[in-house]
Amino acid sequence: MAQRMQQGGRPGGARFAQFKLVLLGESAVGKSSLVLRFVKDQFDDYRESTIGAAFLTQTLALDDQTTVKFEIWDTAGQERYKSLAPMYYRNANCAVVVYDITQASSLDKAKAWVKELQRQANENIVIALAGNKADLVAEQPDKRAVPVADAEAYAKEANLLFFETSAKTAENVKELFTAIAKKLPIEQASQRGMRGAGGRPGGVDLGRREDAGTAGGAGGCQC
Amino acid sequence: MANPGSEDDTPTIKMDEPESRADGDGVSGLEQSREMTPPPLPPRPTTANLGLLDDRPTTADMGSLKLPKRTSRPHLQSQATTALSLTDIQIQSRGESASINSSPVSRDPSQKRSISRFGRFVNSSEDDSASTRSYAPTLDVPYDNVSMLGDEPSPAWKALNSQLDIDESLQLDEAFEDPLSERITLEFDDLEVRAGNGSNETVLLDQWSAKLKHFFVLSASGKPVYSRHGDDHLVSHYVGVAQTLISFYQGANDPLKTFTAGDTRFVMLAKGPLNLVAVSKIGESEAQLRNQLESLYMQVLSTLSLPSLEKIFSNRPSTDLRRPLQGTDVLLDGLSDGFTRGSPSTLLSSLECLRLRKTHRRIINDSLLKVRSPDLLYGLIVAAGRLVSVVRPKKHSLHPGDLHLIFNMLFEAGSVKAGGGENWIPLCLPGFNNTGFLYMYVSFLSPAEAAAVASSPVTAERPRTASDTEHTPSSDDLAIVFISPNKDAFYSLRSMRDSLITSLAQSKMLAALAAAMDAGRAPCSSILPGGTPLKHFLYKSRGNVQFTMPSFEPHFAGPIARRKLMTLYAHLHEVVHVRNSHLKVLHAVSREATALAWVTPVFELYCVAGPGVARQTVTQAANKVVQWIRKEEERVFIIGGAVF
Repeated sequence: MAQRMQQGGRPGGARFAQFKLVLLGESAVGKSSLVLRFVKDQFDDYRESTIGAAFLTQTLALDDQTTVKFEIWDTAGQERYKSLAPMYYRNANCAVVVYDITQASSLDKAKAWVKELQRQANENIVIALAGNKADLVAEQPDKRAVPVADAEAYAKEANLLFFETSAKTAENVKELFTAIAKKLPIEQASQRGMRGAGGRPGGVDLGRREDAGTAGGAGGCQC
Repeated sequence: MANPGSEDDTPTIKMDEPESRADGDGVSGLEQSREMTPPPLPPRPTTANLGLLDDRPTTADMGSLKLPKRTSRPHLQSQATTALSLTDIQIQSRGESASINSSPVSRDPSQKRSISRFGRFVNSSEDDSASTRSYAPTLDVPYDNVSMLGDEPSPAWKALNSQLDIDESLQLDEAFEDPLSERITLEFDDLEVRAGNGSNETVLLDQWSAKLKHFFVLSASGKPVYSRHGDDHLVSHYVGVAQTLISFYQGANDPLKTFTAGDTRFVMLAKGPLNLVAVSKIGESEAQLRNQLESLYMQVLSTLSLPSLEKIFSNRPSTDLRRPLQGTDVLLDGLSDGFTRGSPSTLLSSLECLRLRKTHRRIINDSLLKVRSPDLLYGLIVAAGRLVSVVRPKKHSLHPGDLHLIFNMLFEAGSVKAGGGENWIPLCLPGFNNTGFLYMYVSFLSPAEAAAVASSPVTAERPRTASDTEHTPSSDDLAIVFISPNKDAFYSLRSMRDSLITSLAQSKMLAALAAAMDAGRAPCSSILPGGTPLKHFLYKSRGNVQFTMPSFEPHFAGPIARRKLMTLYAHLHEVVHVRNSHLKVLHAVSREATALAWVTPVFELYCVAGPGVARQTVTQAANKVVQWIRKEEERVFIIGGAVF
């Protein structure tokens, strides 16, 4: 119902699709910072904890012809908000599960989130694992608590996209979201979008597509 | 803050008036005032009659003017005279000029300064008496400090002094308060980072103890939950001492509520499984500090709700509550610093509204009602901490304490704004219902920008574009707040927001709001034209639980000037609100300011003018303020709001 507001067709764009993305992970691993870097290309050294959840949007041009719009749920990592998480990932097309490469325990938490997503979320959900704070390790290699190889092996085994990122230096941030976008069923989404847009501007309802995708598993493209 | 969810049905904006300390009914004064004082008080050497009087000066002491007070040491019998003069107008004097330097009221704020300046010289003896005093009957009594210091000028000195050049005495005063002023500017700085080897422990401790105000929250078993300044390492000893004191008296079934030591007041509040402690060196009263602690407790409840707080501790009394509260330090810090800075809203337990034309406000209210989502419980439009409009169900009211928590979250703690997106926040509003959670949709936008975006008339097009997400909200932004009991209502409230903006843009109200926000608060001089002597005032409409005030500029722009002003207001407020004071008008004079407090069943008015302004002049100005309010009432206050 919510997405009823949303627009699919964009004038001139050949393909345009819109997807719901959710960020999960332990508190203080840098979820909000990743989003801030992606959406506004900014970074705050001191960032207060997210309260509840924040909702942001960002569009990403994959190529001249293809635009993807992300509706992003940036959730708070604290334990007390855990029971609300299903509300955010319920209809999500993709998820970024974030851990802090200087905190080994945060990877365990990330694994738990992946498990929950694979069990409870949309079965075609695209999940990316992001090991954040790469800048800290670049400065002081001994700060690393999670070896790349370990995380990579886990990501492969669980069929996740994997990047080590730094919201501070912007390293791999755009790459992360681009890789997710490429894995999403854009063709399908935008075809529906175009059809609707062609008929009457404003009449498109991508939300319905998403719901259908969720319910019927029609999303396809899970390589 | 009592009566959660009370439902009086006057046609007002419907916020519950928190339990006001204002109206003590005339029970025997002694008992009443003492019920707030923890340890049983040894009887004072007074007759029953005197007891009444005795009690009053507390409050009134400053209040009632001056003469008696200043002429007498607090404990002297002459106080009785003061008490007797407690009629409606408490002014009496030997000529305005005489009162300039001596009024008790303003004396009190400056008292704290004088304390700090005297402390140095009288240290040891003062310490002694201070600790004795913790158990003394005079604990609650503001003039306690006076006697402790013993620096009250003699009547003769005062008479003499009144002849002095005003400028000179002003300078005198400035010089005295410098130390305090300096410390206030450092008050909100973080402590140094602890060195790995603990080598800077001493520096840390110095910085820590130089803070004028501390707040602690600890669990009943003594575990630290929150401390405004300093990490665990630093505060653990002190928390241990506090816990020992608290539990000692709790064990005796005679809980410790407050005590003073030198210029420092300690106030304890036990709330269920938590103990809260405030430590203040800026001369706040017990009642004020207690209110502040209540507010911190409400913030804790707002994060957890009462049942889950109780459950946590009933399962494991030794639980470390910091984990469940993780991330809310910023909210508690925001509240604490607001109290330290001095906020009229907290002082008056009421809210400020954006001054707006009546017809505009009505159009905005109608828009809110028109686009209302069925999921909506409360809707607020807030501009820079000032309320623009409220939509609420007929049978529910908003508790000012709850609104204060919300405003604190939105405007003091940066994280909601900083994200730059929309927010969906579960929270418990303890004044409304401390057992359950509500869900709050928050969206910040700048009215000008929204007007531009929304002017593209394609209704289906969301007015959320790249420019929207790139925009960094500032305090000048409009916050749209919708509260729902339904946790899945985000999208429906979000589309309500879109409809609202479209509607407001069509009726040109966004532009009107932008203009009203730009205009800000009017300075005193434009509210009261013709060279008003007033520098600032606070007017609280009791029925509406709202207040209005002019701009702090030009006289109180800086943080120090503002803190001083707020301290003065706090003292005026305290004096006129002491139980049984029955004080209606209080005229107070000091070296720095002339002040007037005027309380009626309808309003409370506090005015501040420069030093040496004649009483009649201030009184006339106060009358003009009241006339202005009468004329502007529907602009400066929300009368009724949008009710469904």
